[in-house]
Amino acid sequence: MHIRKGEFAFLTGHSGSGKSTTMRLLHMSERPTEGEVRISGFSSDQMTDRDIWKIRRRVGFVFQDFRLLPGRTAQENVAFVLEVTGTPTKSIMPRAQRLLSQVGLSTKAGALVHELSGGEQQRVAIARALANEPVVLLADEPTGNLDDRATRGVMDLFWDINAMGMAVLMATHDLDLVRRYPHARVFELDNGRVVYDSKATEG
Amino acid sequence: MYALREAIAAFRRAPVLMGLSSAMVGLALFVVGLFGLATYNLQLALTAIEDRVEIAVYLRDDARQAEIDLAQRELADIPEVRTVRFTSKREALERARIDLPEFGELFSDLEVNPLPQSLEVELRPGNRSQEVVERISNSALAYPFVEDARYGREWVDKLFTLRRLGAATTAALGAAFALVAALIIGTALRIAIFARRDEIYVMRLVGATNGFIRRPFLLEGALAGLVGGCLAWMLTWATYRGVYAYLFEIAWIPPSWIAGGLATGAVFGALASTFAIRRHLREV
Repeated sequence: MHIRKGEFAFLTGHSGSGKSTTMRLLHMSERPTEGEVRISGFSSDQMTDRDIWKIRRRVGFVFQDFRLLPGRTAQENVAFVLEVTGTPTKSIMPRAQRLLSQVGLSTKAGALVHELSGGEQQRVAIARALANEPVVLLADEPTGNLDDRATRGVMDLFWDINAMGMAVLMATHDLDLVRRYPHARVFELDNGRVVYDSKATEG
Repeated sequence: MYALREAIAAFRRAPVLMGLSSAMVGLALFVVGLFGLATYNLQLALTAIEDRVEIAVYLRDDARQAEIDLAQRELADIPEVRTVRFTSKREALERARIDLPEFGELFSDLEVNPLPQSLEVELRPGNRSQEVVERISNSALAYPFVEDARYGREWVDKLFTLRRLGAATTAALGAAFALVAALIIGTALRIAIFARRDEIYVMRLVGATNGFIRRPFLLEGALAGLVGGCLAWMLTWATYRGVYAYLFEIAWIPPSWIAGGLATGAVFGALASTFAIRRHLREV
C-alpha cells in the first residue's frame, strides 16, 4: 500500500479487518511484526525513539473520539502541539488562532472543549493535527461520532486540506460516505491485507 | 517555564483531584510531623538530663591548697571540661543542710564535719559521653590527694543506653513512618496521574518527548508534596498548641526540621510522580 503526496484515500473494511491497526502502524504507535512502514524518509526497520517523535510531528492524527485535552480551551489544545514542537512562545497563540480560523472556529477559540458540539470538537482536533504542517493527515473513523450535517462539514474540511497539497488517509467502515466521493482512492482491507485498491482497478 | 505553568494549571483544572492528593500527602506527613515533635521533645529531655552529668572529685582532708589549685587548673585545661569548681568542707555541709533539710538536726549536732572537700568538674555540651566522663575521672584519680571520683556510673551508663536505644528506635520508626508516607504519597499521585492518562496519551501522540511530558507532572508532584507539607505543618502546629495548652509544656520543633519536612514532601511528590508516569509513557 503506497500513498503519494497530495492524495486522498479511504481505508475501508469490516470491523476487525485491520483499519485501526494500519493507522497505528503509520503513526508508529505500533511496530510491524513483518513488513515495513515508510513515512517521509523514515523506515520502521531502523526507528529510534527520537525518530518516532519526529514522525509524529510530520503526521497529523484525527480520532473518532477526538482525544482533546480536557479542561482546556480549543485554542490551548491547538497551542499545546505548538509548544511541544518548540514553537517560539510569542507566536504560539496567534498561530493557534489562525489554525482555528482555518477550520471555521475562530469565534470558539476561548471555549472549553467540553462546551463544544461533536462536530466542533472534531474541527479542533483537525486544527491540532494541522499545527505541525504534516505531510499526511491520518483520520481514524473521524465521522463515526458525528451526525450527517457535522459529517459533511468535516469531510468538506478534509477536502479543503487535501486541496492544499496534503495527503489524507481516512479509515472508515461507512461505505455510503465513501461512495459520495468517487474521486478518492479506496483501499479495502481484509484480515490485515489490502484486497482492493481502486487505483489498481482503474489502471 | 511551560512545565511550571502547566503544573500550576493542573491545580486550576482539577482542583478536587489535586486537593485530595495534597490532603493525602498532608495527612501522611502529619504522622511524620507528630513523630518529629515527640522525638524532638524526647531528645530535649534526654539532653536536659545529660546536662546534669558532672564529676565530683573528692579530696583528702590533708590535701594542700597549692596542690588543689594545681589540680583545678590542670583539670580545667582539659578541652572537654567547661569549669572546675572547688567546694570546701564547710560549703559541702551548708549545701547538705539545704538539700537535705530532713537531716537538719543531725547536721547541727555534728562535732566534726564528715563531708569531704571536692572539685566539681562540669563538662562542655557534647562532651558528656561515657568515654569522656570515665577518662576525666581517671585523670583526677591519678592525683595522690584525690580519694575518689564519682559521676554516678550506673546512672550515666543507663542514660547512655537509653540514648542509644532512643536513637535506634527513632531511626527505625522514622524510616517506617517515612516509608508509609512515601507509599501514601505515591498512591495519591498515581491516582491523580491515572485520571490524566488520556492527556499523556495525546501528548505522546502529537510527538511530545518523554522529558517534555514528564516535567510538568514532576513539578505538579513536587507542588502537591509542598502543599501537603504545609498542611502537615499546620496540623502539627495545632496539635502542639493543643498539647501545650491542655496537657503539658512541650517545645516546638526547630525551623530546620520544618524546612526538611517541606523539602521531603516536595521530593517525595516529585519522585512519586516520576514513578507513576513511567508506566504511562511506555503505553504509546
